[in-house]
Amino acid sequence: MSKLKFGFYWAASCGGCEIAVLDMDEDLLEVLDVADVVFWPVAMDIKYKDVEAMEDGYMDVVFFNGAVRNSEQEHLAKLLRKKAKYMVAFGSCAYTGGIPGLANVSNREEIFDVVYLKSPSTVNPKKIVPRTEVEVPEGELTLPVSVRAPELSVCDECPRKKENKQITEIKRIVDHTPDPDKCLLEQGFICMGPATRGGCGARCINANMPCTGCGGPCPGAIEQGSAMISALSTILGLAAEKEEGFDFEELLTQLKDPVGTFYKYSLAGSIINRKVKR
Amino acid sequence: MKIVTIDPITRLEGHGKIEIFLNEDGNVENAYLQIPELRGFERFCEGRKAEDMPIITPRICGVCPVAHHLASTKTLDAAYGVEPTETASKLRELMNCGYFIYDHTLHFYFLAAPDFVVGPDAPPSERNIFGVLKKVGLDVGREIIKHRAYGQRITETFGGKATHPTCGIPGGISKGLNDEERQSIEDMARSSVEFAKFSLGIFNDVVLSNQDYVDLILSDSYQLKTYNMGLVDDNNHVNFYGGDIRVTDQQGKEYVKFGEQDYLDHVCEHVEPWTYSKFTYLKDVGWDGFTDGPRSGVFRVGPLGRLNAADGMATPQADEEYKRMYKTLGGRPIQSTLAFHWARLVELLYAAERAVELATDPGITSTDLRNPVGEPGEGVGVVEAARGTLIHHYKLDQEGIIKKVNLVVATTMNYADICMSIRDAAKGLIKDNNVNEGLLNMVEMAFRAYDPCFGCSTHTLPGQAPLKVNIYDYRKRLIETVQRG
Repeated sequence: MSKLKFGFYWAASCGGCEIAVLDMDEDLLEVLDVADVVFWPVAMDIKYKDVEAMEDGYMDVVFFNGAVRNSEQEHLAKLLRKKAKYMVAFGSCAYTGGIPGLANVSNREEIFDVVYLKSPSTVNPKKIVPRTEVEVPEGELTLPVSVRAPELSVCDECPRKKENKQITEIKRIVDHTPDPDKCLLEQGFICMGPATRGGCGARCINANMPCTGCGGPCPGAIEQGSAMISALSTILGLAAEKEEGFDFEELLTQLKDPVGTFYKYSLAGSIINRKVKR
Repeated sequence: MKIVTIDPITRLEGHGKIEIFLNEDGNVENAYLQIPELRGFERFCEGRKAEDMPIITPRICGVCPVAHHLASTKTLDAAYGVEPTETASKLRELMNCGYFIYDHTLHFYFLAAPDFVVGPDAPPSERNIFGVLKKVGLDVGREIIKHRAYGQRITETFGGKATHPTCGIPGGISKGLNDEERQSIEDMARSSVEFAKFSLGIFNDVVLSNQDYVDLILSDSYQLKTYNMGLVDDNNHVNFYGGDIRVTDQQGKEYVKFGEQDYLDHVCEHVEPWTYSKFTYLKDVGWDGFTDGPRSGVFRVGPLGRLNAADGMATPQADEEYKRMYKTLGGRPIQSTLAFHWARLVELLYAAERAVELATDPGITSTDLRNPVGEPGEGVGVVEAARGTLIHHYKLDQEGIIKKVNLVVATTMNYADICMSIRDAAKGLIKDNNVNEGLLNMVEMAFRAYDPCFGCSTHTLPGQAPLKVNIYDYRKRLIETVQRG
């Protein structure tokens, strides 16, 4: 069998996905036994024009990480899709927008204002903002897709004890230290485990911190945030509701920053995916 | 200085772009490194819960996530008016050592060694990590891979994940060390000490024994006489996790030393219209454009900046290497950009030695992991990232929600230096309209030494950027494009 041809690309990303590839450590050498890496900007001197010259479908698999936030990234996403038999949206940002997708709560003018004019360390009497232009792409990149990841939730992998308890208080990690053996959600911490696809081995939970949802929605779920809200509604305050003096509204005020909590990594890929300008 | 505005770009190739302008004689008039994208963390972190910041900010950069995680956690300590427990401080510092072991190994072998081990003028198809592995042999290759991984394993032990760790909380850390984990970290750290010495040996044999390379390091094209900055301990030794920020001048004398909370009194950022990254400078000296010398507030951070800003290393073997480096290259400060590589290996040794010290500290397995927080307010937190000093600054409201965020990161601090280094390398290389492919790598070597992280500098773009170099004649007509990536 001839060797496979792999490509890697980073769009609006942090570089962590490249590190994830290197984190295969010695196994990387085995991958190189069966596959040639023919495109990888972080590590190799292959030019865009070389990619353009490839026949359609020349690469077997392209791993595309990072969000699409400007016209260059859109162009590359489409070009690489054409040049590869399979294209993998690799990591949270390529899949659902990731943390950069949180910028959708804002817009370009507000971002420039904060970064270049209002930042306390910036001295900018002439009010200069960079004029390099970035085009935000429109339209859909969606192609027939499937998710290649374990068919389970983070809860399925979590070693903690569940007691099917209702919660009557929402706790924050700033103020409380969780019991390391019990379900975080049942202790009152917002843990995204029930609405997050597993495969990670519940690693944050094993560091005694709640899951924040980087694995994206569970198999079959349309979106992650509403799935979590739905999961929460089954255990939040239900039993206590019948009790005298229980104030459900007050309980909800304990829930801070719903967008950043439920959609931390998936805002751009959700149904209401950005600030609406009217 | 003549300001050149680069026309709006609608399609970019790669994550960084260099524009070189020639004069009528065909020699370099100026050169610019442009960073073409902004993600806007400072804006979209507003409204988030304070405790989410150590989880969100590592996504600024997946190459140096631990530095952002720890700077963010220290900022929350300050904002909530809480001192972490002694154990928590040591564990965080140990985690940072693990990150330095991983990151410095990554940079030296994967990104810098192709130039030195394979050769600056080797065919581009071999000038990469695969070429390095071919040259040093698979056994050495396995050691490289193993020790980079050790750094990650150390971080992962506390952080849950190495790349986007999760353990930092105001006043402490969410997870401690058990005996088995402690032993494993000690073993990895001890092995890393040997690996760091081995790496310094390679640098000796391959670089310092080759007169061409030494001449290159000392050549005018790669000198920059700037201020230097880094965190130091009470003895003015390099520290990666805490202490005061010290600045030294072009003669190596202390210019100023200040606590992290006073950064706004000393550090400013300048905006240019042609790039998304800002330029940091010393407030008292002022912004004097892209110039070096005592009247320009530009300074350097990162391995060479840190070593220049300190009087030595806090561990014995690293201190010996520190002294040897300055003795060999003519005393402190060293102004040669290419000496960053040597300084990086001295720091690799320090990180490993310090990790051994911390892992064998009798209190390290204590379960006293966090102190209760006070009222939320405002705070500044500073750590050393592999690439240099990193400053986070948040304002919280009374419910612990983020109101304002300011981030001053290492590559922003080095950005003016990087631009000047590129310009000087280009000036030294391009004569009489004679432009060739070799230019690209020589120019790249000038900025690669800094290990720039454009992901950090604009809180946008990752790692070691692929490059496009445009060369214009005196009428600003594009005459040649060299590109990669």
